[in-house]
Amino acid sequence: MDFSSLNAVAMIVLLIGAATPILLAAIGELVAEKSGVLNLGVEGMMIIGAVTGFITATTTGSPMLGFAGGALGGALVSTLFAFLTQYLHSNQVATGLALTMFGLGLAALMGRNYNGIKPPRTDRLEVPGLSDFPVLGELLFSYDPIIYFSVFLVFAVWWFLNRTRGGLVLRACGENHDAAHSLGYNVQLIRFGAIMFGGACAGLGGAYVSLVRVPQWTEGMTAGVGWIALAIVVFASWKPWRVILGAYMFGGITILQLSLQALGISISGAYLSMTPYIVTIVVLVIMSADRKRASINAPACLGRSFHASH
Amino acid sequence: MKFTKTLAAAAAMGLALSGSAYADADPVKAGFIYVGPIGDLGWTWTHDQGRLAVEAEYGDRVETSYVESVPEGADAERVMSQMARSGVDIIFTTSFGYMDPTINVAAEFPDVAFAHATGYKRAENVATYSARFYEGRYVIGQIAGAMTETNKIGYIASFPIPEVVRGINSAYLAAKSVNPDVEFKVVWVYTWFDPGKEADAANALIEQGVDVIMQHTDSPAAMTIAEEKGVYAFGQASDMSAFGPNAQLTAILDNWGPYYIDRVGAIMDGTWESTDVWDGIGAGMVGIAPFSDKIPADVQALATETIAAIASGELHPFTGPINKQDGTVWLADGEVADDGTLAGLNFYVEGIDGELPN
Repeated sequence: MDFSSLNAVAMIVLLIGAATPILLAAIGELVAEKSGVLNLGVEGMMIIGAVTGFITATTTGSPMLGFAGGALGGALVSTLFAFLTQYLHSNQVATGLALTMFGLGLAALMGRNYNGIKPPRTDRLEVPGLSDFPVLGELLFSYDPIIYFSVFLVFAVWWFLNRTRGGLVLRACGENHDAAHSLGYNVQLIRFGAIMFGGACAGLGGAYVSLVRVPQWTEGMTAGVGWIALAIVVFASWKPWRVILGAYMFGGITILQLSLQALGISISGAYLSMTPYIVTIVVLVIMSADRKRASINAPACLGRSFHASH
Repeated sequence: MKFTKTLAAAAAMGLALSGSAYADADPVKAGFIYVGPIGDLGWTWTHDQGRLAVEAEYGDRVETSYVESVPEGADAERVMSQMARSGVDIIFTTSFGYMDPTINVAAEFPDVAFAHATGYKRAENVATYSARFYEGRYVIGQIAGAMTETNKIGYIASFPIPEVVRGINSAYLAAKSVNPDVEFKVVWVYTWFDPGKEADAANALIEQGVDVIMQHTDSPAAMTIAEEKGVYAFGQASDMSAFGPNAQLTAILDNWGPYYIDRVGAIMDGTWESTDVWDGIGAGMVGIAPFSDKIPADVQALATETIAAIASGELHPFTGPINKQDGTVWLADGEVADDGTLAGLNFYVEGIDGELPN
């Protein structure tokens, strides 16, 4: 086998691009789940973000406004889920699935007149002098701003959850909502905010798909990325840094298997295509084998509806 | 995910059929099952253009309905049964993976006619139809072979089924005929529609020095990437030049309208029977989009000549001598592959690197 023409740097650049939508959606869902909400509507919020981001970017000519529009679209559609689950106490699993279907349908309707249009180009962030530096320059300084932002966002979420009072309150809502309520915190409002944050992140991830990864609008173009993001949150055992690991690993295996095929290395593509999913399942099995650990990591009130009875 | 897709399909079903529920008994009802969204601007979009052509042809005498994004497999059976139960006269199932579901459901509804695209299993009430896309692939293969400067052509393939394998072989033979040094790099993505993955595959191929990309997947993602990276590509199923004004050299066009109009007409006359239709460039089921002005005049002339020769039956892409990948003889000199062999084609021809997954 000849691996010499496999350009590792180019592959890393590709894998980070492939992983960023997953990363953004997963970190948002992590915050929602930490507050005790299981939102299975990630795919729906992403596709809404993809279409609103695309519409905003093509109308205004600014990719940055496009990303903002995507985040806003995702956040707006998530308020529907938030209202239904937090104030009407609907079942979170069913509502989340409904949100996905609703999002896919609404996005198709909104995007009707946007087929075959080119969005404005998202420029890379060039650092004078450094971006031209061989290998390292390409590895570290050759990305668009959203990629840096996504990594910063993971840090910010980690910092917020573990180092601030607000983060403590949010986690309290997810671990024991009755206790949080009795201390005087408005559980529903906090969860509402967490859901909207999750929606904005998913929407941003969706906009990244339609503006950078595949710069075009096609119906259903997120093609299941939202579901992978949901799995990555469990894979990461609700820890922000592991979300990066999970997302990059998933993106990495996908890119690696495509690149190996392009190289003409005859490993059966079917197995390679399966690998990311198999690895995720294996990690999930290993993690859940240690019951105590798994139960410590999962927010205790995840998926449970809170109803203030007093 | 399957679950939600089923729900979505069921919901779409309700919407699509609600309009026809209380109509007169007179109009013929035709149902269509699509594997992707109509907005894919590729495969499913062309089938829906065919459906619209049926409506335009027969007006009030026909009612059509469709369900899009139906997953291949057990879910497809449920959607088909539901459609058959709703009083549809003929159901077109438009993806290879619907083959067994179509046969199963057709056995339950002997009074409903079925037509399955790109498969090879027939029954009393199940017809099959397909287009000889490999004829179109031969034309674009020739252009690709003439246009590549790196002598590396990338091919984004979906699933290792005969339909796709035929396309690869045909394109390779054509490219090789004009450029003996040409090399094919095939990437299997195991999906018909996933723009993200198709884009990744295109990027991985370009990274390996490929400067012309062909695809057998449904979205214009690879075209967009080709445009961005400054390489050439071919539209799949429909003209994709909007996504790659500089990248698209030409496109293979699917034209299902005439077939659908003919079959629905046969239902009206009561002359419908299970047939196997496999038409190509000659019958107009496969078309070639206008050439890009990036293609030099002599190559355009050659391609035009090839199109005419294939249409008249003078040229068959699979004419010997052709060896299989392992070097054994497949077709002797002058021998033409028969349709049966082509329908089940499961090997690469000599010269293509890499192993064909099974």
